Amino acid sequence: MPTPLVVSDVAKSFTMHLRDGIRLPVVANVTFSIKAGECAVLGGPSGAGKSSILKMVYGNYAVDAGQIIIPYRDRLVDVASADPRTMLGIRRDIIGYVSQFLRTVPRVSALDVVAEPLVARGADRNEARDRAASLLGGLNLPERLWSLPPATFSGGEQQRVNIARGFITDHPILLLDEPTASLDAKNRDVVVSMIQQKKAAGVAMLGIFHDDDVREAVADRIIDVTAFSVPSEASA
Amino acid sequence: MSDLPLLKVNALSKFYGSRIGCQNVTFELWPGEVLAIVGESGSGKTTLLNCLATRLAPSAGSVEYRMRDSQFRDLYRLSEAERRFLMRTDWGFVHQNPADGLRMTVSAGANVGERLMAVGDRHYGKIRATATDWLGRVEIAEDRIDDQPRAFSGGMRQRLQIARNLVTNPRLVFMDEPTGGLDVSVQARLLDLLRGLVSDLGLAAIVVTHDLAVARLLSHRMMVMKDGHIVETGLTDRVLDDPQAPYTQLLVSSILQV
Amino acid sequence: MTELATYNFAYLDEQTKRMIRRAILKAIAIPGYQVPFASREMPMPYGWGTGGVQVTAAVIGPKDTLKVIDQGADDTTNAVSIRAFFQKTANVRVTTRTAEATIIQTRHRIPEAALQTGQILVYQVPIPEPLRFLEPRETETRKMHALEEYGLMHVKLYEDIARHGHIATTYAYPVKVEGRYVMDPSPTPKFDNPKMHNSPALQLFGAGREKRIYAIPPYTEVVSLDFEDHPFEIQTFSQPCALCGAKGSYLDEVILDDKGGSMFVCSDTDFCEVRQEKGHRGHLAANPAEAAE
Repeated sequence: MPTPLVVSDVAKSFTMHLRDGIRLPVVANVTFSIKAGECAVLGGPSGAGKSSILKMVYGNYAVDAGQIIIPYRDRLVDVASADPRTMLGIRRDIIGYVSQFLRTVPRVSALDVVAEPLVARGADRNEARDRAASLLGGLNLPERLWSLPPATFSGGEQQRVNIARGFITDHPILLLDEPTASLDAKNRDVVVSMIQQKKAAGVAMLGIFHDDDVREAVADRIIDVTAFSVPSEASA
Repeated sequence: MSDLPLLKVNALSKFYGSRIGCQNVTFELWPGEVLAIVGESGSGKTTLLNCLATRLAPSAGSVEYRMRDSQFRDLYRLSEAERRFLMRTDWGFVHQNPADGLRMTVSAGANVGERLMAVGDRHYGKIRATATDWLGRVEIAEDRIDDQPRAFSGGMRQRLQIARNLVTNPRLVFMDEPTGGLDVSVQARLLDLLRGLVSDLGLAAIVVTHDLAVARLLSHRMMVMKDGHIVETGLTDRVLDDPQAPYTQLLVSSILQV
Repeated sequence: MTELATYNFAYLDEQTKRMIRRAILKAIAIPGYQVPFASREMPMPYGWGTGGVQVTAAVIGPKDTLKVIDQGADDTTNAVSIRAFFQKTANVRVTTRTAEATIIQTRHRIPEAALQTGQILVYQVPIPEPLRFLEPRETETRKMHALEEYGLMHVKLYEDIARHGHIATTYAYPVKVEGRYVMDPSPTPKFDNPKMHNSPALQLFGAGREKRIYAIPPYTEVVSLDFEDHPFEIQTFSQPCALCGAKGSYLDEVILDDKGGSMFVCSDTDFCEVRQEKGHRGHLAANPAEAAE
């Protein structure tokens, strides 16, 4: 079985055309890989580029150099150069993403928000809803909220919807961008055990956790992002 | 899922005399994909849309469409009869101004039913039942079925236009600023409705808009146009969150945060 | 004949007649298709049958016998003046008897008596385009005819049913000719539509103001449009003709007094008279003895 995620020599910078084209380097020579069933956590101070790395892996940020290789449909695909259609397929089938914030969609119930990734993969809508309900229940989201659109939920409630949505599928790669940031201790523990279950199921995970307890509980390995930092003014 | 694109556009150009409408546009669209074409007024996005939808003959290039029999046909080599048949069965076109896409003096039910009658449906009861169903899907009350769109609000007219287009289960829908003339709350409802319909029906769509929020909510992919050229393409969230071209950065930075 | 000296036979000059005949021939060759022609100014206002008169003038010969009806009647203004016009300009025989006529010019009716081989029925047409009220662009309606896009015609019938519960169009009811062109049968009552189907007579339609001629050759299929669950049907009358007792003819309501009294009589006056001559009597028919006085 190929390694689910191999990142090699990836570099990212932002070119600000509106500010006379100045280049803001973020990271360079990013190189790591993640095995199935492993949870790697990106470490380093804020601004070091942890989020950028996660977003590059998800195809949300462009990659300046290097490769991000994942197996997709019996071949290896480089996310850095994949066309949008391939990337959409990869997001549907391979890479799940739990972001810090929920991008709410008006008028869609929490239950359907959670069930949607399964439905998008062809699952029966009712089965997907059942699965969504059991996840939301596990995350202690009051049942009276399930049929409401999450736009008006509190931060913690929205995040639990977001986590359920991210965990409902069996994507072989899961990217976790501070999923526990606004949760209380009880629900943090729930998320930790959900991550353990994913690990046991062989999912490769790459995450950012600011909470030391959670990080220690789930991380198999810390990837120090400062090692990839570009000496400031190096490119100026 | 099919691995063949639905639409293949190759080096499409349209010139108005020496002025460029759009130049050298090449892309492919797959079933179920929603593509947004964004840019400011005069960027050529509507010219491009009209060239794709056979409403305006291009000066150069080709547009090939995969018909229901899986054969690719050059749209500009189809006979006019074939082209018009395609437009009212397998395609939809949602105009910015609903009055351009509706018959304002016939009832809502007949507006929705017209395409069915055009393809040979001759059972009044079935046509009416289908029209009723579609009005429900676009959230128009059943008791408005015999009212003329003249008596409808802007948002309702736009929803009626959408129902009129979708009733024949088209595979490709063109939309020209579908939320253009609507106030914000009405826009949100329409967008949400469109988003649901597009994903439920697995429609491919090409949406022209100057509103990046519309593009973000509806589309999978984006093309940014300026002065008749495509300056950037990619996944919608990639283009909006990490714009590369100077013009895209300007466009993204000049919108209010949503 | 001296008063004819200033006119060509049947008013129109020969070049004009040839032009119209060419249009008629083309119309016969393409049943139901509207052929444009260079409609002339006629010595009568538009709406009084200028199209029909030009068609009649182009096909009439010295040996023809002409009948002219207006809403079925031979004795109304329009019928009388057009009949007089051709008497004067062509010096042809005229008749009120359907069976005797070789050419029948009509406004809004088809005679009740079955037409025969060799007869020509000339219709006066106000608006030849059946799609006009739904699609105002002539360029578009022409394209729709060319491409056989007739869904819109059913939209009109749909609207009827939606509004009235049944197809309420009672005149100018659209028909499809020989499985191809949808055609406006001029404002005849839909009661007459079945008579157009497989008629042994040649049917010619002239629209003067709109400059169109179309035709149904003899023995041509003419089908009235409808829905499967709302099939085409003709008007029926609950009572027979008050004068001749005919059942199954098209009746007009005639007001008798200012107290709401009325009677229903055949709109086809010739049909009614022939029946009365044969001894048929309705409940309000005059006593023949008294009538003879």
